Amino acid sequence: MHIQVNNAALYCYTGGKPLDADKPTVVFIHGVLNDHSVWILQSRYFANHGWNVLALDLPGHCRSGGTPAKSVEEAADWVIALLDAVGASKAALVGHSFGSLVALEAAGRAPERVSHLVLVGTAHPMQVSPALIDASLNAPQKALDMVNVFSRATLAPPPSALGPGTWIYGASMALGKKVLASNKDFNLFHTGFVACDSYRNGENAMERVTCPTLFVLGEVDQMTPPKAARSLIAKARQGKVVMLPGGHHQMTETPEPMLKALVDFLQPS
Amino acid sequence: MAGYADPGFDTLALHAGATPDATGARAVPIHLTTSFVFESSEHAASLFNLERAGHVYSRISNPTNAVLEQRISALEGGVGAISVASGQAALHLCIATLMGAGSHIVASTALYGGSQNLLHYTLRRFGIETTFVRPGDLDGWRAAVRPNTKLFFGETVGNPGLDVLNTPEVAAIAHAAGVPLLVDSTLTSPWLAQPLSQGADLVYHSATKFLSGHGTVIGGLVVDGGSFDWDASGKFPELSAPYEGFHNMVFTEEASVGAFLLRARREGLRDFGACLSPHSAWLILQGIETLSLRMERHMRNTQRVVEFLASHPLVSRVGHPMLESHPDHALAQKLLPRGAGSVFSFDIKGSRAQGQAFVEALKVFSHLANVGDCRSLVIHPASTTHFRMDDEALAKGGISQGTIRLSIGLEEADDLLDDLKRALRAAEKAGA
Repeated sequence: MHIQVNNAALYCYTGGKPLDADKPTVVFIHGVLNDHSVWILQSRYFANHGWNVLALDLPGHCRSGGTPAKSVEEAADWVIALLDAVGASKAALVGHSFGSLVALEAAGRAPERVSHLVLVGTAHPMQVSPALIDASLNAPQKALDMVNVFSRATLAPPPSALGPGTWIYGASMALGKKVLASNKDFNLFHTGFVACDSYRNGENAMERVTCPTLFVLGEVDQMTPPKAARSLIAKARQGKVVMLPGGHHQMTETPEPMLKALVDFLQPS
Repeated sequence: MAGYADPGFDTLALHAGATPDATGARAVPIHLTTSFVFESSEHAASLFNLERAGHVYSRISNPTNAVLEQRISALEGGVGAISVASGQAALHLCIATLMGAGSHIVASTALYGGSQNLLHYTLRRFGIETTFVRPGDLDGWRAAVRPNTKLFFGETVGNPGLDVLNTPEVAAIAHAAGVPLLVDSTLTSPWLAQPLSQGADLVYHSATKFLSGHGTVIGGLVVDGGSFDWDASGKFPELSAPYEGFHNMVFTEEASVGAFLLRARREGLRDFGACLSPHSAWLILQGIETLSLRMERHMRNTQRVVEFLASHPLVSRVGHPMLESHPDHALAQKLLPRGAGSVFSFDIKGSRAQGQAFVEALKVFSHLANVGDCRSLVIHPASTTHFRMDDEALAKGGISQGTIRLSIGLEEADDLLDDLKRALRAAEKAGA
């Protein structure tokens, strides 16, 4: 569904369900050159297990209107504004990669609004090599290839977002191209990478977070290696770490362990 | 374990989709089971509702088939694939997923006879019409578009004249009309052509041919490139509007790329049921593992045979784009730099009886209705594969009564030439 936020219509996948004020809310935030669909298995699961799900397309991405955020801080304000728009006093925030920084910053800015914080494939600082930033601007196809190669950990991923028979690396490439093409006015690739690279407020934000925090990291993640999350883990007051046997495509390359980590954290039996 | 760098074609042909399982088996196991045990009622419900990905019933998916599907996707540069019972089932699945009665297709005239039958006769009975256009007639493709057109369809190299589909140009025309381009790449295999990288949106194979490569199995594969924007087109409520058959799921919302695959599997395999046996999937995988080696040899032998026939006095025409005389020679050089395949036709000077004498005198070539085998094959299209077509339709497809189709295999090239020489002598005698 589309939700009016800051004079822009933001698209949020809800699992086909209307929002219900009696249910808890979870917001899924995607990374650079992704959209809501990278969370499809997880978001669909929670939408059918007692949660309001808002898996958004960030502003200026794919189905969402608005101007793309130029910084993590700006994107975090959009997320808080989204909670305001749907009347959610509190929500769980789940972010991947760039989206993890957005979730972290939002939780730091409005700790009273966040019930759970999940940072998937996170790092701080989330530095992007100058070569990759340059390629994202001048040779986006090459940069997309590089990111896809760095992100994968196996040539035999299990059944994933489109079901068995999905070649998630081809899907990732196709999605990147589609997201890039979705905004003719901004290079979403370059804008996103610059926002990742320039964000320095992570540790301060982590110190302000009051809710439990789950770190979901890929054991062989070359984009955001587990060691790059150490500074945030050290600052988390109620931090828990789950290591997944995969790379940076946590949601699609290791969907079952990813789901288990979320379920154990968000709705323990 | 470090991540993989960026594996090339041959590595993907051996490894994509497969890794040793808990048993340590290095080759891909054949999962001959109809069904898969659920961990719990909750697990079962989640699988049925697409909240979790996994196998339920082998008509919908199977682990062996999934390896094959990932592998062909990797080789074609797609987002995923669906394995089906035959190449014809693959074509039907594409069409049945994208349209219903009242729809229209624009297709190349240079098609496999079975595809031509499906489009020209059978689908018409179900309210789907097709306009046929010569593959090189770009204005014809453009002019054939109607408001209800849903699909463009052609073969990378059209059977049996080897008309080369100008995939980039035809794709551009299709996209301007808001419809996808489906390409049958059976005769080229991903080793010779990767249509998705040239603008096609969907690719399918009769895996019976070069992919399996040994004449042992019937199967089909559909690959989605994930590039077509079904929402922007506005012509595909099948994918962009709520689907009552699955809890009002909107496939394009579930899958920003690959929505076609979701519906094709969830509806097409579920309801039409043309699934591939896991044993057949395994046989096709065995073939794909040596695809590069075989295709290289197919092409080397083809070059020898084409050169021999082109210089033989009893041969009036050899229809292979490697020859400058072929109308699509330049296009083939551009789009198919590794070659335009090892299936081609030629015409013998003389009567139909001489053609029959030629076929019957061959000893290494097998006279049968297939192509893409490791063994060399021969057939007379006008009396077999295209027998339902009248002379006018045959002529449109570049076929005459004297046309002979060859599928060049992997034997010693010298032995193939000796066989052809002997058969041509027999044809000559039959005309004396």
